[in-house]
Amino acid sequence: MELIAINIIDGLVTGLLLFMLSSGLTLIFSMMGVLNFAHASFYMLGAYFAYQISMYIGFWPGLVIAPLAVGIGGALVERYGLRRVHQYGHVPELIFTFGLALLIEEVVQFFWGKNQMAYEEPEILQFAAFAIGGNSVPAYKVFMIFVSVGIFMGLLYVLTKTRVGMVIQAALSYPRTVEALGHNVPLVFMGVFGVGTALAGVAGVIAGPVLGTFPGMAVLLGSIVFVTIVIGGLGSLWGALIASLLIGWLTTFAASYNVEFESILLFFGLEKPEIMSESALRDIWTMTLPQIGPILPYILMILILVFRPYGLFGKRDV
Amino acid sequence: MTQTAHSRSSTAATMFSVASVLPWLLAALLLLALPTVFPSNSALTIMNQMAITIVFALAYNMLLGQGGMLSFGHAVYMGVGGFMCVHIMNYVEVNEAPVPLPLLPIFGGLFGLGLASIVGSFSTRKAGTVFAMISLGVGELIAACSIIIVAFFGGEEGISGDRTYMMPFFEVEFFTQIEVYYLTAFWLLLAAFLMYLFSRTPIGRMANAVRDNPERAEFLGYSARWVRYYSFCASGFFCGIAGALFAINFEILTEENLNLATSGSILLITFLGGIGVFFCPIVGAIVFTLLQTVLSLETELWQLYLGALFLATVMFFPDGLSGVLMRHANIVQRGRPQILVSPYTKMAIPALVTVLASAGLCEVLFHGRHAATGEHSMVLYWITIDTHSLLPWVVLIGCALGGFGLCKRIAPDVLEAWDEASRPGGVNP
Amino acid sequence: MKKLVKLMSATMLATAVGAFSAAADTVKIAFIDPLSGPFATTGSNGLAEYKFAAEELVNKQGGVLGGQEFEIVAFDNKMSGKESLINVQVAIDQGIKFIAQGNSSGIAHAITDAVDKHNRRNPDNRVLFLNYSAVDPALTNDKCNFWHFRFDANADIKMDALTDVMAQNKELGKVYLIGQDYSFGKAVAAAAVRDLSSKRPDIEIVGNELHPIGKVKDFTPYARKIVSSGADAVITGNWGSDMVGLGKAIIEAGFEGPIYTYYAASNGITRTFGEAGKGSIYLVGEGFQNPPASDRMSKYVEEFNAKYPDHDISQARITNVVEMLARAIDEAGSATDVVKIAYALEGMEHDSLWGGKVFMRPDDHQAIQNVHVGVHTDEDMKHPLDNSPYGIYSTSMVEMASANSPTSCKMKRP
Repeated sequence: MELIAINIIDGLVTGLLLFMLSSGLTLIFSMMGVLNFAHASFYMLGAYFAYQISMYIGFWPGLVIAPLAVGIGGALVERYGLRRVHQYGHVPELIFTFGLALLIEEVVQFFWGKNQMAYEEPEILQFAAFAIGGNSVPAYKVFMIFVSVGIFMGLLYVLTKTRVGMVIQAALSYPRTVEALGHNVPLVFMGVFGVGTALAGVAGVIAGPVLGTFPGMAVLLGSIVFVTIVIGGLGSLWGALIASLLIGWLTTFAASYNVEFESILLFFGLEKPEIMSESALRDIWTMTLPQIGPILPYILMILILVFRPYGLFGKRDV
Repeated sequence: MTQTAHSRSSTAATMFSVASVLPWLLAALLLLALPTVFPSNSALTIMNQMAITIVFALAYNMLLGQGGMLSFGHAVYMGVGGFMCVHIMNYVEVNEAPVPLPLLPIFGGLFGLGLASIVGSFSTRKAGTVFAMISLGVGELIAACSIIIVAFFGGEEGISGDRTYMMPFFEVEFFTQIEVYYLTAFWLLLAAFLMYLFSRTPIGRMANAVRDNPERAEFLGYSARWVRYYSFCASGFFCGIAGALFAINFEILTEENLNLATSGSILLITFLGGIGVFFCPIVGAIVFTLLQTVLSLETELWQLYLGALFLATVMFFPDGLSGVLMRHANIVQRGRPQILVSPYTKMAIPALVTVLASAGLCEVLFHGRHAATGEHSMVLYWITIDTHSLLPWVVLIGCALGGFGLCKRIAPDVLEAWDEASRPGGVNP
Repeated sequence: MKKLVKLMSATMLATAVGAFSAAADTVKIAFIDPLSGPFATTGSNGLAEYKFAAEELVNKQGGVLGGQEFEIVAFDNKMSGKESLINVQVAIDQGIKFIAQGNSSGIAHAITDAVDKHNRRNPDNRVLFLNYSAVDPALTNDKCNFWHFRFDANADIKMDALTDVMAQNKELGKVYLIGQDYSFGKAVAAAAVRDLSSKRPDIEIVGNELHPIGKVKDFTPYARKIVSSGADAVITGNWGSDMVGLGKAIIEAGFEGPIYTYYAASNGITRTFGEAGKGSIYLVGEGFQNPPASDRMSKYVEEFNAKYPDHDISQARITNVVEMLARAIDEAGSATDVVKIAYALEGMEHDSLWGGKVFMRPDDHQAIQNVHVGVHTDEDMKHPLDNSPYGIYSTSMVEMASANSPTSCKMKRP
């Protein structure tokens, strides 16, 4: 029971972190129709920038400056890279972001080297907030929850209650009409791309100390972000939230319970091979749930795409 | 486009005319002659690797270029074909089954085809993002399985076999690299030819139609889904052949053959070469293999340059490196290359200086950051320089900026000349 | 046009491959390890150690065979089996007789297999494989061959030493095993179960699990399980970012016992653990630098760190590789007759720079040496790691660990 409670909290942290990435990605997708493969790379840039800033002036300024820098970088990429490729169609756009992801990883290694960076939580948050059954929850994780919920609220407010949000929503569906009404749609695109990447930057800043700041951090998270927004339904903010939490809890619980496939196979009436090391299926018999935990989201995604190609909350085909 | 193709494929006589057979003959002669130019074993290994990449890239382009389907997990079809071939090798070694090595690629192809026909049955129902994402998921799934299911995939150390235990083929036992080279070259030619023929069949033609306008194809009475499915299966078959060639060459397959990095790099290779025309990916495969094997021996920063080259290609030459070459071929055909000669020569020197100076700057910067303390000298372009003195920095930055400035000034002239050279019709002012 | 491109690339190939053939009478060692990509840190560290060792321990001492110097030729294998095999081929073509590799047992398997095949097919141009780090026990057991020499203590030997030390801790009641889901992780877990149950049957193994390698974003759920299981100690073979992630998560979740590891040092790991890991991260290995074994060793480490401030001596056995190879070449009287050199290496006893002896066991070509267990700390730290105040301090040592351990190797000698 205690383990369930603590897993719910841990899964929430993972899910909300994932949401910060997937919300930006889903916004960019619904606006520009392009899956930004470099999204997780901006997350990595956020962490590295924040690390560099924290070396000089501490963690808190980094929390503000690093995402801003990432957002500006993202806007510049849109202005001088994507907009140029846009005319060739969607596939080159997608491949452009794919190449960009590779390049960013190389550039990060060029400047910071390949080692893990000693980027740490601020000292003020280095204590255990509370403990459930001997398992302590660091205050930093509580802080992460508050930041992500705050961002979700802010995003929802801007998109639904402000004038800028209205223009963005309109530009999503009818870009030409909005342009005819005198709004600068390319500027809106650039802004959305900048804000989306800045959100990824925030995620990097707050996740860097917990999940580690190293050149592989983008790849580790890259494809799972796609899985999230595909499951949630492309372009849907609520879908991204639900799918992020779903995946957060799915992976957390899968890692926590050593369900053995042996018991499942026996339950289905299969006979256990007598000499395990000789059996061709020995690996399936000895498999456990934590072993396959990280690939569960992919299985979920394939199932969803086969049976419901527009995702959980999407309105159109992905 | 469709019309010319139609008339071409309808008359079998034109298909086997001299003009269409000539390139294949020349390619065969070239493949025969290459080992006399590069007899060393490592050159042969690199050329084998190139041939394998070419088969794989062509097979991948059957989907991306001709079918308009973007796959993020295509390495698994090549990988699984290769894994099966190593298992066959080991089976032959133990049971002394009469299977000669040169036939192995057929088995690899069949297993690639088998896997593709299973996965394709649900992944090709839709094109676009749905297909791309399913391919990503399946790719990740099988790559993950390769670590978990040790009995078949051998875990991270993979499984290895020995090609020389296969049945001798006309006394040839494939001990030496040169024998393997000729085997690979033969299969390269055969696979490329078959893929080319496939692109000429009605189903290959319909793949183009479904890529460009699936609704219209449906109205014409073709099921877009089945057209995609057949292309997918065919692509899987040729990927399997590439996998078998890999198994023959390296005699080992590992998780690396299945993972997303390999799937991603074949996408890069194909796009680098160009996806528009059947032969384009060949250029990408050759350039990429050279960069990977040769440039990486020269500099640790090769991936940085590769990434930059790739981005530049996507941004400025969306039809790939061979697209650029082909446009020039067009101009040469029209007999107007002379217009380009002078602006190109004017451009070439500053452009070359800019690129070399920028790369040099990266190298010096990298050396300064990561070299041993006290090791101030490095060799850059055959010149030994001191990274801690000001001179090389000034020279490099000066060259880079100056070259870039010159390029920017000359660029409009080049563009103008280009427009003039590629303008249809006669040369008139 | 296609042909033109082919021709152009072919010329490039010719110049590139031809450029290597410049011959000097140096003894070349091909260093094949990742120098780019996510695993490049360990690779470039190893390269620096090899270069330094060749320079200081051989070339400055007058070289081998009366004046031939050692030269380390670096190849980037990008942590890929395929690239490694191409590198081996290029190295052989350049006339290199010695191939050194260490990172990843998977690649070591590929190379040892390729070297064995090459030597069988080309008896007049044989090469040796000097494995300085890949610790999968199979390499010196079922998969052993005459051309492969391992200078590191393998996973079983390290576990044997570690459990010897753990067995003396009478308070230890429950142990949790966790590792990466691949051959090495499994080998560590199997060895731990075997050794603990024979040495201390009263110790309960409360968890024994594998997680996917390099795919886990957040280790917190694993850490929760470990804390809830009530374990007193954790054993893990994790390396790289999986090690950092797991270690940090376990400590953060409130675990207070020792975490016994194979690879939790250097390459940024020591610095990242910092204060949090003090007294809780333990390491098993050879060639520990604290306390220093001798003044000569201290001097060597200091000079290395002065020359390569970004690197550490994280794979101390590299000095043994270089010194023992130099001795074997001198004994064999030839730098090209690798059969003679291999026979000279077999059974060689060597005084290690790091104290104690190294014995190359002829039965399986496994080096037998002293194995230490040390703790991550900043107290009494003469040679810290990662430019941080922290380092590894040896707390116990097992002399000539597992010298009589059985091997299933059936060595075929030429």
